[in-house]
Amino acid sequence: MNRNIILAACAALPFLTASLPARADADYRAKAIAMIKKDFKPRGQASLDRLAEDGVQAICNRTGNHPPEAIAKALEADQLATVEWPADGKLMGDWKKGEKLAQSGRGFTWRDKPGLPVGGNCYNCHQISPKEVAFGTIGPSLLNFGKLRGNTPETQKYVYSKIYNAKAYNLCSEMPRFGRVGALAPEQIKDLVALLLDPESPVNK
Amino acid sequence: MKIRHTLGALCAFAVAGSLCAQTADNIDHAKAAKEFEKFRAEMEDSNPAELNELKGEELWKAKRGPKNVSLAESCDLGLGIGKLEGAYVQMPRYFKDADAVMDAERRIVWCMVEKQGFKFADIAKKPFQSPNDSSAPDITNLVMYVAGHSRGKPFAVNLKDPKVREVYEIGKEVAHYRAGPYDFACSTCHGVDGKRIRMQDLPNINSKEGATKAVMGWPAWRMTGGVALTLQWRMNDCFRQQRFPEPKYASDTITALLTYMTANANGVVYKGPGIKR
Repeated sequence: MNRNIILAACAALPFLTASLPARADADYRAKAIAMIKKDFKPRGQASLDRLAEDGVQAICNRTGNHPPEAIAKALEADQLATVEWPADGKLMGDWKKGEKLAQSGRGFTWRDKPGLPVGGNCYNCHQISPKEVAFGTIGPSLLNFGKLRGNTPETQKYVYSKIYNAKAYNLCSEMPRFGRVGALAPEQIKDLVALLLDPESPVNK
Repeated sequence: MKIRHTLGALCAFAVAGSLCAQTADNIDHAKAAKEFEKFRAEMEDSNPAELNELKGEELWKAKRGPKNVSLAESCDLGLGIGKLEGAYVQMPRYFKDADAVMDAERRIVWCMVEKQGFKFADIAKKPFQSPNDSSAPDITNLVMYVAGHSRGKPFAVNLKDPKVREVYEIGKEVAHYRAGPYDFACSTCHGVDGKRIRMQDLPNINSKEGATKAVMGWPAWRMTGGVALTLQWRMNDCFRQQRFPEPKYASDTITALLTYMTANANGVVYKGPGIKR
């Protein structure tokens, strides 16, 4: 865990407690957390430490996913600082591998084998290639993503870092922090960047 | 209770199986969902879950366990010993003898332990049917039987009871608690209207309509794997997909979630046990 995140979270908590929205009742929340902590058992790779909130989760939980803007901005900057860029400096991989990765929703459950590679889970929530009609709608449609934006170095950096740590751009985004938590390796993220930005990818055809 | 058209139903399931396999590929989503709804409506009168209800009836009435008593003569589901009509839709409720709010499955387990002398650990060892099991656990059949006696009655979780109200409020917090490697909470998928994962529609459990979709029809005979399952299982599998550790069987956290969801569906007439994809 990034020390900056913890420090920022600790500094923010008294302020947040004073401005809690109606939903996040502190008393019931405390009881819920105590209940959760006693009611789960470890299974497979899903160990009990997964029940604890990290700084970002705690702030999103306490504010009903709507933290005060100043705090969100500061913590998003901390999250962006966690992004590890590929050693070779290249951010675009193979869109065909990216497409395969986007199809799999596996990984990290108590039934899955520990370790990489896990799935990208992309189609669970996003429309991506027009050829795949079985897509979810929790996230925005990514059809024509590169066609609309081009694949400039800035766009590549944005997409890579967004997949690496979605909380760098929207602190309480529903999207997992795939690179940050070690679900996707840099090479895999590069393949997903290519899926979205490569002109040859079906996304942009 | 009698079994209606069960053979016909089982044959029809073969057709439905191939329909479902296709939906994953390229049938238009809305069309596929409509087809399934049509199929389910046709099958509702001949649900294989009726077999589970029949087994549940035998189990409810039989003298069993180390104490050799029946649940019919010892188990109070909130309306008096052995009284079943409408009991399921009024749970979770507070039970003074256990000093706890309990959902239906947890209450039946409590009766099996306290009244019949079964060991909780034995029941909790394998509480859910797997696709390779030839039959459902006794507890599933009992829940099916009990739930069947609330068909046609509205959900009526008593939020005026302060103990139930508190568990409801805790359940709301549990539903919104984000943690784990993917930062998921129940509400990540079930927090807004009109969303879906892949082809699967996601009810918003915070709304009356969504909560109704989430609890309606459970316990259910599930076409995936051909198994009979309960809401305890549904919560267990949600936490798995949330990348959480495994919830303990019949625990407070599960009761809290079921209290929240069921009470949000209060007033809606229960139809079940049902059929699920």
